[in-house]
Amino acid sequence: MSKALDQGQKQGAVMVVGGGIAGMQAALDAANSGFYVHLVEKGSSIGGVMAQIDKTFPTNDCAM
Amino acid sequence: MTELQDVAGEEGRFTVTLAKQPRYVDASKCTGCGDCARACPVSTADVFNLGLNDCKAIFRAYPQAIPGAYGIKKFDRAPCVRACPANINAQGYIQLIKAGKYREALRLIMERLPLPGTLGRICPHPCESSCRRQEIDESISICALKRFVADQVDWDTLPVPEIEKRDEEVAIIGSGPGGLSCAYHLALLGYRPVIFEAAAEPGGWLRYGVPEYRLPRKVLQREIDYIRRLGVDIRCNSPITPDRTVGDLIIRDGYPAVFISVGCQESVHIRVPGIETEGVLWAADYLKEVATTGIAPTAGKKVAVIGGGNVGIDAARIAIRKGASQVTIVCLEDRDEMPASPWELAETEKEGIEIRHRWGVKQILPNGGKVKGVWLKKVAQVFDEQGHFAPKYFEDQLETLDAEIVIMSIGQRSSNLRFLTVADGIELTPRGLIKADPETLATTRKGVFAGGDVVTGPYMAIAAIADGREAAISIDRYLRGADQREGRQFPLRPLTAGKWNPLPKNNAPRPRASIPTLPIEEWRQGFQEICLGLDPETAQAEAGRCINCGVCSECMECVAACLPQAVDHRQTPETKELEVGSIVLATGFRPFDPKVLGTYLYGSHPNVVTTLEFERFLSPGGPFQGHVKRLSDDREPQKIAWILCVGSRSSREGANAYCSSVCCMASLKQALIAREHIGPQLETTIFFMDMRTPRKDFEKYYQRVKGQGVRLIRSRIHSVAAPGKNGDLQISYIGEAGEPLAETFDMVVLATGMEISPGTQELAEKLGVELSRHKFVEHSCFEPVSTSRSGIYACGVLTGPKDIPQSVREGSAAAAAATRNLAEARGSLLKKKVYPPEQDFLGEEPRIGVFICNCGINIGGVADVPAVAEYARSIANVAYVQENLFSCSEDAQNQMIDMIREHQLNRVVVAACSPTTHQPIFQDMLRNAGLNKYLFEMANIRNQCTWVHQYNRDAATRKCMDLVNMAVAKARLLQQLEYLSVGVTHQALVVGGGVSGMTTALALADQGYEVNLAESSDRLGGHALKLHTTWRGEQVHPHLHELIRRVQDHDRIQVHFEATVQEAGGAVGNFTSHLSNGALIRHGVVVLATGAEPYRPLGQYLYRENPNVFLSLDMDREIATNSRRLKNARAAAFIQCVGSRIPERPYCSRVCCTSSVDNALKFKEINPEMDVYILYRDMRTYGEREYLYQQALQKGVIFIRYQLEDLPRVTEANGRIRIRVTDHILQRPLDLTVDLLTLASAIVPRDNTHLAEMYKVALNEEGFFSEAHAKIRPVDCATNGIFLAGLCHNPKPLEDSVRLGLAAAARAATILSKDYLELEAHVARPVDENCDGCAFCVDGCPFQAITLLEYVKEGQVKKTVEIDETLCKGCGSCMATCPKQGINVAGFSLPQIGAQVEAALGLI
Repeated sequence: MSKALDQGQKQGAVMVVGGGIAGMQAALDAANSGFYVHLVEKGSSIGGVMAQIDKTFPTNDCAM
Repeated sequence: MTELQDVAGEEGRFTVTLAKQPRYVDASKCTGCGDCARACPVSTADVFNLGLNDCKAIFRAYPQAIPGAYGIKKFDRAPCVRACPANINAQGYIQLIKAGKYREALRLIMERLPLPGTLGRICPHPCESSCRRQEIDESISICALKRFVADQVDWDTLPVPEIEKRDEEVAIIGSGPGGLSCAYHLALLGYRPVIFEAAAEPGGWLRYGVPEYRLPRKVLQREIDYIRRLGVDIRCNSPITPDRTVGDLIIRDGYPAVFISVGCQESVHIRVPGIETEGVLWAADYLKEVATTGIAPTAGKKVAVIGGGNVGIDAARIAIRKGASQVTIVCLEDRDEMPASPWELAETEKEGIEIRHRWGVKQILPNGGKVKGVWLKKVAQVFDEQGHFAPKYFEDQLETLDAEIVIMSIGQRSSNLRFLTVADGIELTPRGLIKADPETLATTRKGVFAGGDVVTGPYMAIAAIADGREAAISIDRYLRGADQREGRQFPLRPLTAGKWNPLPKNNAPRPRASIPTLPIEEWRQGFQEICLGLDPETAQAEAGRCINCGVCSECMECVAACLPQAVDHRQTPETKELEVGSIVLATGFRPFDPKVLGTYLYGSHPNVVTTLEFERFLSPGGPFQGHVKRLSDDREPQKIAWILCVGSRSSREGANAYCSSVCCMASLKQALIAREHIGPQLETTIFFMDMRTPRKDFEKYYQRVKGQGVRLIRSRIHSVAAPGKNGDLQISYIGEAGEPLAETFDMVVLATGMEISPGTQELAEKLGVELSRHKFVEHSCFEPVSTSRSGIYACGVLTGPKDIPQSVREGSAAAAAATRNLAEARGSLLKKKVYPPEQDFLGEEPRIGVFICNCGINIGGVADVPAVAEYARSIANVAYVQENLFSCSEDAQNQMIDMIREHQLNRVVVAACSPTTHQPIFQDMLRNAGLNKYLFEMANIRNQCTWVHQYNRDAATRKCMDLVNMAVAKARLLQQLEYLSVGVTHQALVVGGGVSGMTTALALADQGYEVNLAESSDRLGGHALKLHTTWRGEQVHPHLHELIRRVQDHDRIQVHFEATVQEAGGAVGNFTSHLSNGALIRHGVVVLATGAEPYRPLGQYLYRENPNVFLSLDMDREIATNSRRLKNARAAAFIQCVGSRIPERPYCSRVCCTSSVDNALKFKEINPEMDVYILYRDMRTYGEREYLYQQALQKGVIFIRYQLEDLPRVTEANGRIRIRVTDHILQRPLDLTVDLLTLASAIVPRDNTHLAEMYKVALNEEGFFSEAHAKIRPVDCATNGIFLAGLCHNPKPLEDSVRLGLAAAARAATILSKDYLELEAHVARPVDENCDGCAFCVDGCPFQAITLLEYVKEGQVKKTVEIDETLCKGCGSCMATCPKQGINVAGFSLPQIGAQVEAALGLI
């Protein structure tokens, strides 16, 4: 298979596994730079452990 | 709800297999109103709140969850359901009884059982035998609860469901439980069942076999009557005979299908001598005779009943009631072997009936042709070794029992099946039963089905009922010509190990309800029912004992409650395949479970909690609404201890050796926040080993916490104990000088670390992704987000313990890495939305449409929405008003579009929920309707009205009216606004040619963007040129030189050496920068990667005074060259925190601990005899670096802790270096003499002031660039289009510089990939005629979006201001400062706000 043909088959999609803060950021950045993103999350909603945190250091901001 | 199953293929084209679990709620229909959860009777541990409280089985993790749709937690169906042959939903009706919903409970039962009152009395209830409550105490009284429900309703008025009738009649032979059930279910399907019953009355064995004191006939009758009301034709005295065969029914009478369920109503006959004697009766005949005639031949006689089954027991108990002078039961078995139900046996014994165990019949003794007794022989065995029935007797151990009547009850068999003819074509089994498919119940004759005892042999009624239902389904499929098995859900059967709800935490025994009975002395006096049933209070309490094995009970209350019909219990797991170019793993961590370590009392004492649990205590949305309390006594704690490193930095079994990196800061924060919750009197104590606060602004936070009176104790924990019963906890620990100490606290919080779950480990193995010794994804410092499998990337805690900003940065970095090789496919899969052209309404009268949402019952259940709508119609300019059930639902949106067009509306007001969440949805709807999206106003009548005034309905309604009036007042003045956008220059400027700058440049260039890289020196590489190995042991130079080569050779990167930025202007998308080399660069984004410098401690520790005193970087080179003085050194020391963590530089330089420990290990490698000392303050080998520290301790590196107040003193002594330091254990001065001294000096920022001014970015107090938000925008500057990479942000090791370099590239690509940027039109607009150029607004603008300018107007110089729309955020500060009304924020002009205020005051 020629290289050109091989490259032509690339998928412009990224799969992100895990919808916590790292996964969400990866998904947002990939999507906002022109790639289709499949975000796969095991739970019923995204947000991960950060959603369970009340306030965050060092600014004591609400984590929500 | 989806998990990754498998990945095939390679980078660029992976095929991914996903497994999706059902949510049981259609997320596109669910409006998140929560009605379902209010209706759900099942409570289960709230996983989001870590089980600290309960939520419903249908739940949303938390109010702000995305997606906001509810979901149902459903495990395997409960053992009770599976144990029931008919799969009656016991868990479901028990939950409904608990909630007092008796009618609903009965409806649920009757989905499968038409005879609930009957079975509630006579069923041997296998459900109860399988009940998991028995693991705590006793099973739930399921059967009695079923009876309870059936007895709560008036059967005569029980409504008959509306059924669409069909024409087909179906013949059913036998009106026992099987026949009745089949007829009932067929009738519900619309068929016309005709039951042929040989006896005079319907019911079969239930009527003619079961004694009345167990089943009052009126109970059976009312249920049969109900079945008749459904249209079932029961024809009694209608046996199947040669005149009316099964074949006749089909061929002659035209019944297209037949169900045979005639039961097993004949006694099994055995041959013993004398069996033909007068006075020997067969139990089945006897029961039937008594039931039919009411006359018993046993009256006044001595009776012997032979057989220990339920029928024998029934016969004996009837005989005694019918006046037998004496009744004795003789059976082969011991008491606990008897086939009769134990509860029946107990009742029998209470009635004074003697049971003679382990005797068999040898002969019936006749006297004058009549029975005079039974000759019994002793039983030697009942069952053989395999447990098969194989009785043996002692033929020499004999006894005689006097009896005038002997009732033989040794089993039953099918009725004489003589009514079947050969022509019927129905095959029998060798046992003489009808042969039928065990699942579909089809016999060998087409269209004929059979079930119940006639197929299975004698079994329980509920099994016959199950068969009746199955047969009805089969007959329906048969008559519709459908396949018998396709998509059919056959009854579930018991599981040996299912996935069930864990037993509740509070599993204190609560014995099952005792069922009241008649006084025993009345039992024998007649046929009155013995069991009296439960009262409602007892029944509800009994139902409350259910532990909800399946979690969701499938009671279907949610389905009934859901107005948008979003709940769908039929959803099943799905598998899906997708094609993707690359994969990013971000599976996160699970908190370490301290139950593994018994020493902390976690799990056994309620006042010991983890840090994550404590977060939920603190959260206002948490289980206790932010109220911190002890779980033992609900008291607010006054003295809380935090124990750090629980399960981290530990060699204990089950614990982790690495440092979890975040727990120190999390605990400091919690100590501070807890005081805000409880009050300043709260005593907070943190037990720690080393305080690790190495990231940006953390050290300052630590100092602040110390200043607020949080007690910090450097210690090793021995154990936590609860010596008293008052809930207090005693912590025993070893202090810093090795002394054992103890102290008592109200509450203990365990700072538990992070670990990778076994599930993730399995996934990694399946994907071929290698893990480190600590189970994190293995990676190199140069490719920190790449895994061992090309095309699969990883980020977040999966690659090592880290906090939120690091995870966010790494997420961005992974996006850069994962899209880099897919650059040519960029945009290929994106779809662009097209809107219809917008109409121009300029100059037209406002025609306002008002849409008022009920939000299910959220608004409509409190406020009088029709009244609000009526009011809205009366407001001027309102052209159309409509109420919606859910305005956000898709159908409502479509309808609103139609109404906008039909009524030519040119302004829209939606009175509903929060614009924060829903305004974009409605604005999109406006655009779809051809309206400018700024012709929209929202009134929040839910969050700001009905949610907060739910107990004052009238006032809430009035407030809704006011809010609508205000929105309309503003809407009248709304103007259509032009959508603003700005083109993007697809070029980047990277300032700084170190590792992070080069990484960014290369990643962007690989994505196809032109990059200008400005490096102030004459070579690329920065500080990395001086590094030799990473902490992972990788050689730096080969990687670095490869990076430099690729940057220099790249077509799209232009490197400017000895170039700095001189001047800069513009904003995101379009910057212009002048470099010192004369280049003028236009670029869409800027990445600042200017690096930092080592602190040079002139005048301190003999730096530059003694040749054997080094800075860390210089020592690296010394090691790399393996210098002679290194080889000859006998002793060496490191001094940490030189210039770091001091008042004038209150930050940790982060890399130095690892670097010194790493170098100390290298010293030991070169010369194991060398004495190596590390003088430190806190050892901050965070994350997996902890391994190096542990190694150094093992190799004999000596660690001596010093205090900031008592710095080491370094002097020269006989050509060597002498260090005097106070030993932290001995508390005494210690003199060390060494040959080499390494100073781990601080990393200090360069002078970034000029750059900061030019690009309008902020610096922190120490001179590092500030990010937009410490947590969620850690790569961006507050000014759009400017990003940070590397050391200019904060001290960090090489791998973090690579991470941040990639992250900056990902963030920059989100702008560079666009042709234009859409801007918000709600920005400030100068009103030139009012503006006098006073410039108050210029100073007040927090975004530096306003510039003052002068122009010539009518020959005069006029001052005015200009807004940079790309910078303006529409905050309105300018409007507030302007004394002349010379500036307005579009959409929030003074007239618009004024109109709202007037409306609020009732002026309009």
